[in-house]
Amino acid sequence: MQIDLRTVTIKPLRQTFDNIARRIGADKPASRYQEGTLDMQQTANFHYRPTWDPEHDIYDASRTAIKMADWYAFKDPRQFYYGAYTLARAKQQDTAEANFDFVENRGLAATLPESVRKTVLELLLPLRHVAWGSNMNNASVCAYSYGTGFSQPHIYQAMDQLGIAQYLTRVGLLLGDVESLDEAKRAWMDDDAWQGLRRYVEDSFVIKDPVELFVAQNVALDGLLYPLVYETIIDDVLSSQGGTPVAMLTQFMTDWFTETRKWVDATVKIAAAESPENKEVMARWLSQWRDRSAAALLPVARIALGDRSDEVLGEVVQQFNARMAKAGVAL
Amino acid sequence: MDMQVAKKKLGLKERYAVMTRGLDWTPSYQKMEDIYPYIAYEGIKIHDWDKWEDPFRLTMDAYWKYQAEKERKLYAIIDAFNQNNGHLNVTDARYINTIKLFISGISPLEYVAHRGFAHAGRAFPGPGPRVACLMQSLDEIRHAQTQVHSISNYNKYYNGMHDFHQAHDRVWFLSVPKSFFDDAITAGPFEFMVSIGFSFEYVLTNLLFVPFVSGAAYNGDMGTMTFGFSAQSDEARHMTLGLEVIKFILEQDPANVPIVQRWIDKWTWRGYRVLTLVAMMMDYMLPKRTMSWKEAWEVYFEENGGALFKDLARYGIKMPKCAEQIALEKDHLSHQAWSTFYNYAAAANFHTWMPDEDEMAWLAAKYPASFDKHYRPRYEFWREQAAKGNRFYNKTLPMLCQTCQIPMIFTEPGDATKICYREVDYKGDKYHFCSDHCKEIFEHEPEKYVQAWLPVHQIYQGNCFPEGTDPTVEGFDPLAAVLEYYKLEHGRDNLDFDVSEDKKNFAEWRGQATKNI
Repeated sequence: MQIDLRTVTIKPLRQTFDNIARRIGADKPASRYQEGTLDMQQTANFHYRPTWDPEHDIYDASRTAIKMADWYAFKDPRQFYYGAYTLARAKQQDTAEANFDFVENRGLAATLPESVRKTVLELLLPLRHVAWGSNMNNASVCAYSYGTGFSQPHIYQAMDQLGIAQYLTRVGLLLGDVESLDEAKRAWMDDDAWQGLRRYVEDSFVIKDPVELFVAQNVALDGLLYPLVYETIIDDVLSSQGGTPVAMLTQFMTDWFTETRKWVDATVKIAAAESPENKEVMARWLSQWRDRSAAALLPVARIALGDRSDEVLGEVVQQFNARMAKAGVAL
Repeated sequence: MDMQVAKKKLGLKERYAVMTRGLDWTPSYQKMEDIYPYIAYEGIKIHDWDKWEDPFRLTMDAYWKYQAEKERKLYAIIDAFNQNNGHLNVTDARYINTIKLFISGISPLEYVAHRGFAHAGRAFPGPGPRVACLMQSLDEIRHAQTQVHSISNYNKYYNGMHDFHQAHDRVWFLSVPKSFFDDAITAGPFEFMVSIGFSFEYVLTNLLFVPFVSGAAYNGDMGTMTFGFSAQSDEARHMTLGLEVIKFILEQDPANVPIVQRWIDKWTWRGYRVLTLVAMMMDYMLPKRTMSWKEAWEVYFEENGGALFKDLARYGIKMPKCAEQIALEKDHLSHQAWSTFYNYAAAANFHTWMPDEDEMAWLAAKYPASFDKHYRPRYEFWREQAAKGNRFYNKTLPMLCQTCQIPMIFTEPGDATKICYREVDYKGDKYHFCSDHCKEIFEHEPEKYVQAWLPVHQIYQGNCFPEGTDPTVEGFDPLAAVLEYYKLEHGRDNLDFDVSEDKKNFAEWRGQATKNI
């Protein structure tokens, strides 16, 4: 049964802003994602060159080797504008909070076998620094890339990674204490197992091309790290050893990766599909950074997987290749 | 396994420290100067980034939770406002012109702030300021988007806003706010923080953001008012950050003081010149006034700003010297600006009009020293002319100030009968300025300001016509071609409010909504 409430109807003069209408047609209203994204970045008549980068305009598509006829070809399949983004994250943080409460209130941390607890502290806590590095890299892509379609998701990604670093800190404080964080930082700085990864992260800090940085950080590094650590080591291996509470504490990361990878894949796909030249550049970056990332993660995998590390990481790389092939870049 | 019991609870400050600065490390595989290449060239010396006091301790989980709650409320109100034809409840249709000014002049700046704070956050090696800047970057894209979303509904019914991105990058007077932010984002990261974080957010927010939002509240515009109120707690955070930045820089090294003083002088003046648009909005465009520009300046700058600079005196910072000239201009600023826009109503994306008798009386009461003497006679003349069918539209182009890009309309400080001109010869060219302060800003960085994209020069050089235009053909109408380049529709987006489609539609729709016709 439908009820029909009457309101005064006035015929609008137009459905949306002209720049949106030029892209989607003038006959339909635009979504909030579209109005909040399309052409938001200024494109013309800049007054001054950046004193910090006089070779370029304030926003300059030539900062990257990737060439696009229209940078608004990049669309976020999640349709994240600020409102949609914060609502999605607030929901996830509710779940995360409930999970932390559950583990804390039932004293589940104390039920973890000592070997599992030790592995988790050794493996997860140095990853705080990796997430912090990603925060910085994504801020960089947001600042120096071209077009809001491409740049916008990177500020969300940057803040997500800060959030992840903070969740990992809480895991550390729950399963250990401040000294555990200090010890993890010492390992990050000095232990052989972490030097390959730290070098990878520090090398990524000096990448100037924003799309290459997107590849090095969000595609190649996170594309191996998250399936390896969260989906495989924590959700499978440690859970079978009595580590299920840990999986609860890192659910945010698992869900987050499943979600963000849709955007990452779409972005790779759109860049590569634009032209054979783009595809070649993307393929080169992807294989270079994938190989470095795999090499850097191998000693980290050994912390939890020992002898099985090569095999498991090999599988993760295979899955990654299949993912990229699906996005249109055969590696 | 009794470790759980023995664990000591962290205080708020310690906990926030492990959540932010504890994440950072000193890199060894790449050099600091390669990772942070933009940090040295401005001459600011920072010895210890750890001395940074976090002005607010907000972790991401709390941020998401808190902000999502605000978004839920905001969008519910926007939806209700739209569904209800809330636009018909504004005081009168003239009010909608302030929204046009806002979306084409201000909202795009929120976007630049978003990118600028991402840049500054990335540029600073200290984790404290980085987190604060990135959070502000995230807030700023919120502001840009919530403004677009709130105003989207007005655009469906009224003219002048339909291509605001196009307008912001092109329309002559919009180069004033645009060049202000372009100037800030192209400066080094420290200057950016002083310009936007301190001068704009801290010193001037009450004179920009607040008048628009209060104006909306006074004029029945719940849509705009709601995003304003929703942004209020973000703005409070940004102001706190702006103040912390300045204190941090000043405390780090005495050599920073003169550099910062010069930036404060420059950005207070640059900001004030942009506020010219706000001044005329407050005095002329709001059918229901909140306060006069002069009163606002006295309360928010002279009183509140005075207290601030007294507080900063212990660092050796003085009240910017331009404050003296601003005080001399406060009786004239809004009137000179409105007169100019009245003249150039054919080339703007909003309507102008002459104040009615009641409004003239209000202006005379608020500006006893200047209005009746200098401005009323001018308005009465224009009004008479308009009544005779000679509504004046100025079709020649004005000379612009090389720095602030406002037409040279301002009078000599202390003499309202004489236009103020200053000029500088630089590398064989002559550059013009509206004031000593704009001239000094140029002289300090001429290589920067000679780059300015001055709309009038660009029009005369033929750069503001649609592609393929031949200005040599007989009967070529330059104004029509420029409007086409701006993507403004002659007769709908521009001209006097009296003849506007907005006026006609508003009256008709309000009738439809309130009467049985």
